[in-house]
Amino acid sequence: MKNRNSILFSGLSLLLLAVFVLNISFGQVAIPMKEVFRSLLGGESSKETWEYIIINFRLPKAITAVLVGVGLSISGLLMQTLFRNPLAGPYVLGLSSGSSLGVAFVILGAGLLPAVFSQFLLSSYGIILASCIGSSLVLLMILVVSQRLRDTMSILIVGLMFSSFTSAIVSVFSYFSTAEQLQKYTFWSMGSIGNISWTNIAILAICVFIGLLLSLLSLKSLDALLLGENYAKSMGLNISKARYIIIFATSILAGSITAFAGPIAFIGLAVPHLGKLLFKTSNHKILFAGTFFIGSIIMLLCDTVSQMPGFDFTLPINAITSIIGAPMVIWLIVSRKNKNSVI
Amino acid sequence: MEQPKKILNASGLSIGYKSKSHQIVIAQNLNIDLENGKLIALVGANGIGKSTLLRTLTGIQKPLGGTVALNGRDIFSYQPLDLAQNLSLVLTESLPPSNLTVFELIALGRQPYTNWLGKLSNDDLEKVNEAIALTHIEHLIDKRHYEISDGQLQVVLIARALAQDTPLIILDEPTTHLDLFHKVSVFKLLKKLSKETNKCILFSTHDIDLAIQLSDEMIVMTEDFVEQDQPCNLIRKGVFDNIFKDESLFFDKEKGKFSFKNL
Repeated sequence: MKNRNSILFSGLSLLLLAVFVLNISFGQVAIPMKEVFRSLLGGESSKETWEYIIINFRLPKAITAVLVGVGLSISGLLMQTLFRNPLAGPYVLGLSSGSSLGVAFVILGAGLLPAVFSQFLLSSYGIILASCIGSSLVLLMILVVSQRLRDTMSILIVGLMFSSFTSAIVSVFSYFSTAEQLQKYTFWSMGSIGNISWTNIAILAICVFIGLLLSLLSLKSLDALLLGENYAKSMGLNISKARYIIIFATSILAGSITAFAGPIAFIGLAVPHLGKLLFKTSNHKILFAGTFFIGSIIMLLCDTVSQMPGFDFTLPINAITSIIGAPMVIWLIVSRKNKNSVI
Repeated sequence: MEQPKKILNASGLSIGYKSKSHQIVIAQNLNIDLENGKLIALVGANGIGKSTLLRTLTGIQKPLGGTVALNGRDIFSYQPLDLAQNLSLVLTESLPPSNLTVFELIALGRQPYTNWLGKLSNDDLEKVNEAIALTHIEHLIDKRHYEISDGQLQVVLIARALAQDTPLIILDEPTTHLDLFHKVSVFKLLKKLSKETNKCILFSTHDIDLAIQLSDEMIVMTEDFVEQDQPCNLIRKGVFDNIFKDESLFFDKEKGKFSFKNL
């Protein structure tokens, strides 16, 4: 078992490296592989524009893809254990819609506020803050509801309702906003991991890092929660504290990522399942590492596909993750043999 | 043989629920002593308040009056981690879906002792293996918890409680849903464990006749009183006649079990 895991992990890290380079070498401008390596390793490229494209466009995008993939996947992993629900994830439970609501409020509603506020709100910090607040509010509401509803399927329905509710509010906002604001919001909501500056990547990296750190601290509690809350309590776990740390970690991960990259569907739901399928375990230490690798690999692949090598346009990343993710989730549900097992 | 030691003591206890305007008393003036090395059964009709009593004795629910002392200290003054090192539970609720293996499930019992990442030390592994050996489930440890039978799962959950290494183990109806053979084997296991590990084991059950034969002491709950004594004394005192308010059921003192009248 130990041996199998180390083989899997070495395989995944090699794959991650390969996919990372692959992602950088594809794009609208064809750059020879040799030149890509040369630029990445700090050497002089034979064309200055190539080096510029790689360092200032492709590398930041690839790094963002890794941050987004890892963060969303880990937040999905935390939620699936917290809600005892294999179908939980930041998108399905409406966290991403909560973030969207926060961002919509800022982008579409900022004009109603005095200029001092709107300037802060429209900066990246403001958008992150609004997005995190939105996602954590939804998460808290779902948690309150899940205390009353023990049935896991109803929680999913409640999550769906939150999504409809937030999108209704967003439509009300858009009715009152200018064409320019609306366009800005629509582009944001299609999801994009390109065009993010190095400064913003640093902000995103810090948020994801905090979220991952808190998740690491929660791994033991998550293992205890596998037996249900009452057993976890009887084993000395401070449930409410553990729950707040997990919620905070999930919200900061899903919130900050949604703020920069838009609502990205299915990564948070599907990747933890792939991890469980591949490693055949519920041990969160292994799942955390596994989800980390698989999340970044899948996100890099989705981004590579969305660039449409050979064409001169880029598809919205959200479309790609949904096209790949939705059938995968259906397959997961249909093919699960044992009702009691995770998959 | 060393002197029996009191592990848990409840005195002048009244249990029940408090709402804003009034309180519902389920039982009052209870005095219960749990000593090490003893297997103690809690019996009573459905709805009489066995679960409420267990919830109060395990520190989940506050009593309306009186005290519960664990190792001479008020149970409500314990920190969660501290309590987990002194009291372990086996509950009736079903486990959430997961891929946990039997070994991992038992090893989770070591959580009160492991570091922030939950890494098992050699000492922890030793305790886990000890629990597996005591319950004879070596052949199950690599199975997933949903792959084994209900009877086996119950034994695995008992092993998890053993791994938690506490002087007191409390089980809530460990033999419900089991057939007679597995009921008896769980009871015999509990009896053996209480002797071999010198722990105190308290369990609630509806299998009164089995409990009479196998437990060292019984706590009988009826609407009017709660009595703790050895089974033979309880039979002599005629306590069991009061458990069920039904004319057609009576306790046969000779056979030590319930029988029908007018059959």
